[in-house]
Amino acid sequence: MPVSLSLTVNGKAAAEDVDARTLLVDFIRNDLGLTGTHVGCDTGQCGACTVLIDGNAVKACTILAAQANGSKITTIEGLAASDGELHPMQAAFKDCHGLQCGFCTPGMVLSAIDLVQRHPDADEKTIRAELEGNLCRCTGYQNIVKAVKQGAQAMRR
Amino acid sequence: MGASDLNSVGQSVRRKEDYRFLTGTGQFTDDINPQHHTHAYFLRSPHAHARIRSIDTAKAKAAPGVIAVCTGDDLTGVNGLPCGWLITGTDGQPMKEPPHPILAQGKVRYVGDGVALVVAETPDQAKDAAEMIAVDYEVLPAVVNPVDALKKNAPAIHEGAPGNKCYTWALGDKTATDAAFASAAHVTKLDLVNNRLIPNAIEPRAAVASYSRADDSYTLYVTSQNPHVERLLMTAFVLGLPETKVRVIAPDVGGGFGSKIYLYPEETALVWVSKRVNRPIKWTAERSESFLSDAHGRDHVTHAELALDKDGKFLGMRVQTTAAMGAYLSTFASCIPTILYATLLAGQYTTPAIWCEVTAVFTNTAPVDAYRGAGRPEATYVVERIVHAAAVEMGVAQDEIRRRNFIRKFPYQTPVALLYDIGDYDACLDEAMKIADTKGFAARKAEAAGRGKLRGLGYASYIEACGIAPSNIAGALGARAGLFEVGQVRVNPTGGVTVFTGSHSHGQGHETTFSQIVASRLGIPIENVEIVHGDTGRVPFGMGTYGSRSLAVGGTAIVKALDKVIAKGRKIAAHLLEAAEADIEFGDGKFSVAGTDRSKTFGEVALSAYVPHNYPLDKLEPGLDETAFYDPTNFTFPAGTHICEVEVDPDTGVVEVVNFSACDDFGNIINPMIVEGQVHGGLAQGIGQALLEQCVYDRESGQLLTGSYMDYAMPRSDDLPSFNVATKVTPCTHNPLGAKGCGEAGAIGAPAALMNAVHDALSAAGVKYIDMPATPHRVWNALQSAQ
Repeated sequence: MPVSLSLTVNGKAAAEDVDARTLLVDFIRNDLGLTGTHVGCDTGQCGACTVLIDGNAVKACTILAAQANGSKITTIEGLAASDGELHPMQAAFKDCHGLQCGFCTPGMVLSAIDLVQRHPDADEKTIRAELEGNLCRCTGYQNIVKAVKQGAQAMRR
Repeated sequence: MGASDLNSVGQSVRRKEDYRFLTGTGQFTDDINPQHHTHAYFLRSPHAHARIRSIDTAKAKAAPGVIAVCTGDDLTGVNGLPCGWLITGTDGQPMKEPPHPILAQGKVRYVGDGVALVVAETPDQAKDAAEMIAVDYEVLPAVVNPVDALKKNAPAIHEGAPGNKCYTWALGDKTATDAAFASAAHVTKLDLVNNRLIPNAIEPRAAVASYSRADDSYTLYVTSQNPHVERLLMTAFVLGLPETKVRVIAPDVGGGFGSKIYLYPEETALVWVSKRVNRPIKWTAERSESFLSDAHGRDHVTHAELALDKDGKFLGMRVQTTAAMGAYLSTFASCIPTILYATLLAGQYTTPAIWCEVTAVFTNTAPVDAYRGAGRPEATYVVERIVHAAAVEMGVAQDEIRRRNFIRKFPYQTPVALLYDIGDYDACLDEAMKIADTKGFAARKAEAAGRGKLRGLGYASYIEACGIAPSNIAGALGARAGLFEVGQVRVNPTGGVTVFTGSHSHGQGHETTFSQIVASRLGIPIENVEIVHGDTGRVPFGMGTYGSRSLAVGGTAIVKALDKVIAKGRKIAAHLLEAAEADIEFGDGKFSVAGTDRSKTFGEVALSAYVPHNYPLDKLEPGLDETAFYDPTNFTFPAGTHICEVEVDPDTGVVEVVNFSACDDFGNIINPMIVEGQVHGGLAQGIGQALLEQCVYDRESGQLLTGSYMDYAMPRSDDLPSFNVATKVTPCTHNPLGAKGCGEAGAIGAPAALMNAVHDALSAAGVKYIDMPATPHRVWNALQSAQ
């Protein structure tokens, strides 16, 4: 049965009818064509699909599109400025080599922004504890931790 | 920017590829959506071993949205998947190569073996229809453990492989080794299990296949580390298509670690079916499917013995290994526990006599093939664990026993076929000990003991053979392919440079590293260099990325092509400057007449090549576009020492890695930031193997018990410390970059270093032996039974 959806994604209104069983991540990728949000698992464990819903990091494979009705969603495509300038957290990931293959990166960056909003002065231990819901197989996390620290500092400015 | 600023080699240039990944504008295979594409779903075997009595697809074919349903019987004219490396056994016979059909024919041999393919309008329709396929199975007994598979009454997996044996193969001089043991003052013996791992690149495997009736051609987007090899194997061996009619594109690929080297059944089936349905087809693995069907790694059972004289000098080593191949031979499966394993058993040491025998066996599991390090972590684990044990038994310090046996004269011919060109093993050991502060360990151990904790320190001095490989040597050892690499440097009319490389980047940052090399050699800004890879339609040829070969082999191919560009540029400049070619020098982006201030910039020469008005057309072709095929003359030999410090909580069995220090010699380094990142990632996977990861199949039913991230413990951010890493440099002697390769070192050294540290920590409590992964449960049990 189709469900009518109306929500805001990256500042733009989106209204669509979707199958009731559609996951939010599939709606974002397939209906909206925002393929920066990735799917890395089927058990809500890897965090590659993380988006911000009303400012909070949510794994988009763990909720139905219908549950996000009326919300404001930010995906990785919505972070940089309109002239293409990177968000401070994106810039920090680049500067600290916090990414390699880039597949977990969108979810990692959005989780990092969420964690910095809650813990603006997070130390390494807090950052590592907070990011344990996002798997990265490439970096060994060290440069991600470094990036989050640097990004947090830049976000305060 | 001054000319000297253009030489960025050795600098941590930030990566060119990052912007697209950070803004969600990368293009991974699942992001590709051709118009009117359909979706595929594979029905997989729920049994580890069963005969297929019948398959009824009628209901599925009639289900909503279904376009096609195929089983093994439908794939007429399609051959099985080939194995790329022929191992000849000690009996002089070729290895057993049972058929590897792309969909099961008559029998299924592991949980996840493909049984049927459904193509439908939507993924859900394909999946729903697959559930309507009725397969009548006669379930057979299964065997998943390699040692069990060799037992007398083990279930027979393949008709053509009696006793489930693929081959028994040996390397080294048995007589000399036995003699060494006969004269030994001390012999250390060790039984080791190298735990089976699942690679788990975070991007699942995926493919999008399209067929064009207009010219009877195919396009395949696929998550591959080596699209040309994929095309060659698929067209020539399996589907019988001309290579000219198949274009394989590996776009952005989200990690590989070996698991995306191989030609898999899924993309092969998709290409074949795309013509039959005449519409593009997409398949993306669900993670559960990845667990079941990606090629796994390791899975060795080994008995090792080390003979020493009274001073702790190694006299000989004997190793017997049983290695699982899984249910079918994956693309390079056969060479991993042989050519990439036994040849590394000399390690960094002068052990004069080594003998290794390997028996490869079929099991009712997913195929086993290369996973980060591929054979070399297994070899390092054997060597460094037994060296550790021998040092403990003989009361020699861990660094001292290594120093007493280090190779110090190069080139060095090992007794297991390799010729090490260069290295400085003392330098890495010294530096690793410094950054690990081994001098302070005793105090830290005492402090930990005061808190009721057990501290341990573990060393691993590893070596690896990278830069795979000299084709003639590989061929003599059974390779069915060449292992050169290709680089094409196309200078555009206005001086920008497009480089086409057969290497493939799936996280390694080639777009940056290769650009640094090209920009520095030509004296042009990095921004003027574009790296193209991963497309058989654009890149002339390539063998792809694995075995830490991209810089040493792929980078060198680019350098060779650059040499040709510069040589031709010199001729053009000589003409333009009315000077003798021999007098033309090239540097800082300029061709100059030696001893004068007369010169032409690289851009002026490039323009002249494309606008040849004043040009030696009688002697020289216009254009500036050169290609080089580079075949290395030897392997490269990165080496180093890793030192791990752990703290064990005896009450819970939890092992905490409190410090991990690595000093590696990768030869010359182009981009230290990228190299450090590669080390971090390798260490994380090595620590994962030693502490967390283990693929478990139920020994009775053959069901995969670790089939999701809930059950297979991946290293997460809070499982790992920050690492101390350092490098020492002895430049590789046989490639112009002096580069050796850095991608696998972390995964090679870390497991042995960590497990040695665990053994060191637990020895105080009387624990003699523990296998990887050192989970709290295992450690706690070991401590209890030692009491």
